[in-house]
Amino acid sequence: MDQADIRRALIDALASVAPEGDYDRLKPDRPLRDQLDIDSYDFLNVVVHLHEQLGVDIPEADYQKLATLDSAVAYLAPRLGAA
Amino acid sequence: MAEFRMPSLGADMESGVLVEWLVAPGQAVKRGQVVAVVETQKGAVEVEIWEAGVVDALVVRPGTRVPVGEVLATLRDGEARPAAVPPSLPPTPPPAPAVQPVPEPFVPAAAAHVKASPAARKRADALRVDLARVTGSGPGGAITLEDVESAAARAAQAPAPPAVRAAAPADKQAAMRAAIAAAMSKSKREIPHYYLGTTIDVTRAQDWLTQENAKRPVKERILFAAVLLKAVAGALPEVPELNGFWVDGAFRPSAAVHLGVGIALRGGGLIAPAIHDANSKSVAELMAALGDLIQRARTGALRSSELTDATVTVTNLGEQGVESVYGVIYPPQVALIGLGKIVERPWAEDGGVFVRRVLHATLSADHRASVGHRGGLFLAALDRLLQQPEKL
Repeated sequence: MDQADIRRALIDALASVAPEGDYDRLKPDRPLRDQLDIDSYDFLNVVVHLHEQLGVDIPEADYQKLATLDSAVAYLAPRLGAA
Repeated sequence: MAEFRMPSLGADMESGVLVEWLVAPGQAVKRGQVVAVVETQKGAVEVEIWEAGVVDALVVRPGTRVPVGEVLATLRDGEARPAAVPPSLPPTPPPAPAVQPVPEPFVPAAAAHVKASPAARKRADALRVDLARVTGSGPGGAITLEDVESAAARAAQAPAPPAVRAAAPADKQAAMRAAIAAAMSKSKREIPHYYLGTTIDVTRAQDWLTQENAKRPVKERILFAAVLLKAVAGALPEVPELNGFWVDGAFRPSAAVHLGVGIALRGGGLIAPAIHDANSKSVAELMAALGDLIQRARTGALRSSELTDATVTVTNLGEQGVESVYGVIYPPQVALIGLGKIVERPWAEDGGVFVRRVLHATLSADHRASVGHRGGLFLAALDRLLQQPEKL
């Protein structure tokens, strides 16, 4: 699994809770919560989705590391054995 | 022979569209069983039946708009037996202006500002006549039943309506906005609101939750919102005049706390379905109930009892970056609790200054049912319960 796969998996997880989002124009370095209408319930579902799809367990203390698409990929990559 | 009638699913609901039957004649039904799907201004609702029995006849066919209180189906007692007779539906309806299948929810255009008799309004809704376009011949230009019938007859002579299509999202949103407008206008017209607010230190509660969640797998993690709901449900019994209904000029307290939760819908709608018996659920059970409710609110699968049973409501706008929310009470309830976002603030305690995480909690209450002193006791109880989260 490479970084592009991780990015795709993240977008899938986000789209599953916020289907109306404009994922083609998502800015990877801006906070996701500023670009998508997701609340803490939605975010918890994203975390559960990632756990089910990628097998990665994200502890609560690390939630803030998923603030942007870029930071989320950077966080997940070493945990998924990607470069 | 018992009758199952169209329920009122909101303060201002006058009619709903029967979308689908989930039972058939000859089938046994239990109290609380979901038997039909009804489309209201707030979206599709799963309607429960509150009698046990066997379905005798489905009186109304899917696609029909039905006023609140009209018979939808009949029940008989006794054992279910296979339907040997075909389902008894009414004969083919007479030609227009009889009730037609409704392709999209009918939004009464500015109905509140048009003078029309209640009979005229009901008929206008059934015949899909827009009151704003009818000239009234009654006193003061009010629209009468005859005016509505004539308008419908004229419309029936017009070219045939377009082919039936599913409700466009814009129509559904307009219907939702109209429902919210009606309820909130009624609230502000009829309820003398008073407002109280207090800042609550939630550092202990959050730290407790972090420890709890560290022990839990991802799927069982609890949101802080569930902790807040538990504390609200626990504080309400201390001030019973905040939990119940104002009906026919008097307050009717409720023994149970059915906590309405404000849920924002994607696309701009708002609904506040109830978590039943919130005060007897644990924090984990409240979290499960909350998650399930949000899911079904957003997919249009709420049950009628969830829409009608809330004895008090909580609105949590902290997620949107709002520090305080002084909400509008949903009639016939008598209180609404508002919760703002959690912020770090300097906090003076025992002569020292520390950084604590706090939120602003508010109470909007009906001055006919309670006084400020009592409302204040509720907020004090809420604060007290949040300082001992392990006891929640």
